[in-house]
Amino acid sequence: MDIFIQQIINGLVLGSIYALVALGYTMVYGILGLINFAHGEVVMIGALTALTAIGVLVPAGLPGPVVVLAGLLIAIPVCMAVGFAIERVAYRPLRNAPRLAPLITAIGMSIVLQQLAMIAWGRNYHTFPALLPALPHRVMGAAITDLQIIIVVTAALLMAALLWLITRTRLGRAMRATAESPSVARLMGVDVDRVIAFTFVLGSALAAVAGVMVAANYSIAHYAMGFMLGLKAFTAAVLGGIGNVGGAMLGGLLLGVIESLGAGYIGDLTGGFLGSHYQDVFAFFVLILVLVFRPSGLMGEKVAERA
Amino acid sequence: MLQVRQLEVHYGGICAVKGIDLDVAPGEKVALIGANGAGKTSTLKAIARMLPASGEVRLDGDDISQAAPHTLVGRGLALVPEGRGVFARLSVRENLEMGAYVRHDSSAIAADIERVFGMLPRLKERAAQTAGTLSGGEQQMLAIGRALMSRPRLLLLDEPSMGLSPIMVDTVFGVIRDVVREGVTLLLVEQNARLALSVCDRGCVMESGRVTLCAPSAELLDNPAVRAAYLGE
Repeated sequence: MDIFIQQIINGLVLGSIYALVALGYTMVYGILGLINFAHGEVVMIGALTALTAIGVLVPAGLPGPVVVLAGLLIAIPVCMAVGFAIERVAYRPLRNAPRLAPLITAIGMSIVLQQLAMIAWGRNYHTFPALLPALPHRVMGAAITDLQIIIVVTAALLMAALLWLITRTRLGRAMRATAESPSVARLMGVDVDRVIAFTFVLGSALAAVAGVMVAANYSIAHYAMGFMLGLKAFTAAVLGGIGNVGGAMLGGLLLGVIESLGAGYIGDLTGGFLGSHYQDVFAFFVLILVLVFRPSGLMGEKVAERA
Repeated sequence: MLQVRQLEVHYGGICAVKGIDLDVAPGEKVALIGANGAGKTSTLKAIARMLPASGEVRLDGDDISQAAPHTLVGRGLALVPEGRGVFARLSVRENLEMGAYVRHDSSAIAADIERVFGMLPRLKERAAQTAGTLSGGEQQMLAIGRALMSRPRLLLLDEPSMGLSPIMVDTVFGVIRDVVREGVTLLLVEQNARLALSVCDRGCVMESGRVTLCAPSAELLDNPAVRAAYLGE
């Protein structure tokens, strides 16, 4: 029972991060029908940018949490700029191209960003300094750290703010209208190019936050960290129903919990044959199940209707 | 108000609109009638910059043929597209709010929504429903109401009767009559020539990409060739 609760907590932490990244995939897909495979790299750039900034700020002797927050506040605009540039350089010229072209471009963009990051930050693992209190609280026999609480609460607040933006504001209406029909949205006076650019920038800001969360939670960052994280978050988006913002949130949390529980029990279930390092198997097992049995995802619509 | 000169639209190698001229004076109601494939919808779309086209389109004297499409609604031009184009996943109210996207006078927008609801009570009952759940006729009314939300001076209506039952067509044209009575300038594309001419002052007949005849509605309704070709007599 202790393990169960502990794995649920770990899963929610991990899932909160997946959800933030999945939102970037799903928002772009909702508007452009494009899977932005470079999104995982934006997460990585957020993590490494924040780490670099933190490395500079630590000797200043500021309190740990302030340093981390400062790193985050530097990473966010950097990632927003990267997201904006990706859309401008890689996707906008292909807006009317066959679907395969932007997909291949997305994979290419992912490789380019990863290699650039390798040149900038090197091949080594960067460790996240111990700036945040690590003493765990005991909850029903399980342990939870301040950092984990901060991650879950921050992610929840960001998601609530995003939902408010999308459902309640003029800009959010324009995003939803553009997702349904760019040409009709244009008739209403929506500058579709700007809405699309904004969507990339918004997703990248969330990715920056997720990147710092991952680095802080696992105390490590690396130029290739975005690849697997991106695939997992993409899986979460598909699980929730790609294109659906609520689905990405649900899918992210669910995937995190499934992975954690899987990792916690796989040893017992296989008599020790497979260990918790097989954690990644669960995400892709889920992806296969969803694609086979419910390709539209948990909250996705069957077919996009065109009235 | 609207002057079109030598407008041409090409789809690949096919020339759908072959250099037409068209004028709509302020307050005038003009119907563009013709058979399927005559180029009526392409003409409207080209005017609203939804399609690449060559030639000159002037709105209030300004050449808009190179204007960014999303700037036209701010200049007073609204198009209700063929097939209605309501945002199916947005609520009825949100669709109307999208119609007022370029406006920033929120209290006047709220008043205009009530005005549209007053004109189209069916929409008021369904204000919170998503537009995709409406019937075809209701969607057409919503599309017209949404276009009115921008307070257009020139309204382009594309095939408002398409796919609707005869009773619904009457209802929708009743709405269009109410709208034009308020003085908006109208360019109406419609296959149902009799209905179109009953609303408009003037009609232009399009045949395979060209305007072949423009005349006051009464004259067209009396013209034996038009009667034979478009009024089913």
